[in-house]
Amino acid sequence: MLAGKTVVALGERDGVSGPAIAACAEAAGATVAFTATECFV
Amino acid sequence: MTMPEPVLLGATQVLAHVPGLAIHGSKPRRELPRHPEVEGAFLAALRSFDDAVAYPPHQVFLGALHPRQLPPRPWVGAPAPDGTSRFGPAGEIMPDHEFLGLLAAVDHFGLVTLDPAVAEQAAVALAAHPLAKHLDLDRIDAATGDAAAVATRPGSLPLHLGTDHGGVAAAVVSAHEADEALSAVVLLDNLAAKATAALALLHVLRSTGVDPTSVDYVIGCGEEAIGDRYQRGGGNMAKAVAEVAGLTEASGMDVKNFCAAPIPALVMASSLVASGVFGRVAVVAGGSLAKVGMKFQGHLRHGLPILEDVLGGAAALIGPDDGVSPRVRLDSVGRHKVSAGGAGPQIMEALAVEPLRRLGIPMADVNDYATELHNPEITEPQGSGDVAARNYKLIAALAARAGSIVADKEAQAGFVAEHGMPGFAPTQGHLASAQCYLPHARARLTSGGGDRVMLLAKGSLFLGRMSQLSDGMSVLLERNGNDDNDDNPKGR
Repeated sequence: MLAGKTVVALGERDGVSGPAIAACAEAAGATVAFTATECFV
Repeated sequence: MTMPEPVLLGATQVLAHVPGLAIHGSKPRRELPRHPEVEGAFLAALRSFDDAVAYPPHQVFLGALHPRQLPPRPWVGAPAPDGTSRFGPAGEIMPDHEFLGLLAAVDHFGLVTLDPAVAEQAAVALAAHPLAKHLDLDRIDAATGDAAAVATRPGSLPLHLGTDHGGVAAAVVSAHEADEALSAVVLLDNLAAKATAALALLHVLRSTGVDPTSVDYVIGCGEEAIGDRYQRGGGNMAKAVAEVAGLTEASGMDVKNFCAAPIPALVMASSLVASGVFGRVAVVAGGSLAKVGMKFQGHLRHGLPILEDVLGGAAALIGPDDGVSPRVRLDSVGRHKVSAGGAGPQIMEALAVEPLRRLGIPMADVNDYATELHNPEITEPQGSGDVAARNYKLIAALAARAGSIVADKEAQAGFVAEHGMPGFAPTQGHLASAQCYLPHARARLTSGGGDRVMLLAKGSLFLGRMSQLSDGMSVLLERNGNDDNDDNPKGR
């Protein structure tokens, strides 16, 4: 589904971190353009 | 020689209602100049002092109500809780004119200039304050001057009272024209943190009756980093606070760990007492002006007042066992290891599950879990959800997985209702992260019906861009003299 796509991986501290999303996206064939984890409180 | 058992001698909390300073929060300071048409709505949405006093979450913060006694939401516009007062069992909420006076009273570098009328009003009010004899009110006289003129100097910042942005109530100057770490806005952040921390510390000394000169050490765990351009996080707000609170025999240091800092600070303070290095150690945290007005856009969108119009402050005092105060169980400390993984459940496993498993305490045997207790009425309008509820749902799920409760939704909801609580703290994360529950925990574990309270704090290290990790720490407080805990009281 993500093969050949460019992904922006935005994670959240209490959920899934940015690097974890990026790793999944890359494993699925995507190119990760930007990765960050944010805290929304 | 037996090692002293560390106990929580006292814990206090304060709020300073600072609507006039709200525009100096990081978000309003950035967004209002970009959208000048919003400023009118922002100023019109600031609360009166009476409304801020009556706001139920504030009364919980001041210890007048337990969080589980909060009325159903919405809390904005709810009737004031019975017995509502500026002063609560845990501390007070201070109006802004007094707070400007307090800023001047803790300013040792001539940074603050107060308009004469404001100075007079502040001096009169603070002279009648229960802590007046501990405040250096002469500094208010010394700070009186032409604030409007000072505010026009390059790098200076005008301060206002309430919603009156017509007149300049005070001004803060920068301390160095080329040093961003000493700019007026940074110094105002730091002075506000110092003032609120000092106020909380004075309250804890008053409530415990402890002689200020008997405190050996102070640990600061607020969010501000004080320093200059060569050492931006140079530190030791703690000693600055100790000085103005009259702790002449104390030294101090700061602990930095984003919002998680108060629990490591509490653990370090307790460790210093347990080891016999120091007799009494205070933990202090001032408010974070940068976070005032942080979610104002969501509040305006939903027709709410600007709910982040207060600065918090907190102080706790740790000392050797007095036979009454709650024990700090140092053998229960949970930490989020580098290897633990950064997903929410992994963090919570490390903080809430592993320490109890290690001690053989069922999760349901902890009466209250104090986690990130951000007020949801503040966070939800800006899309941040109910942080406390999210934490409790996860703790309940982990309790079910650990076999401490039945693994069904009803049992988990029951666990949350019994062991959790609504968030009530201002969104100054270090105060919201378990620290805000300390006065309630002390009450629950002394005159109340609780035997154990777990404090859990989390911090978002990744925000500083040095690590993708977050961090956290947890610790148990226990009722003193609990028979179940006396088998090996010194073996912790």
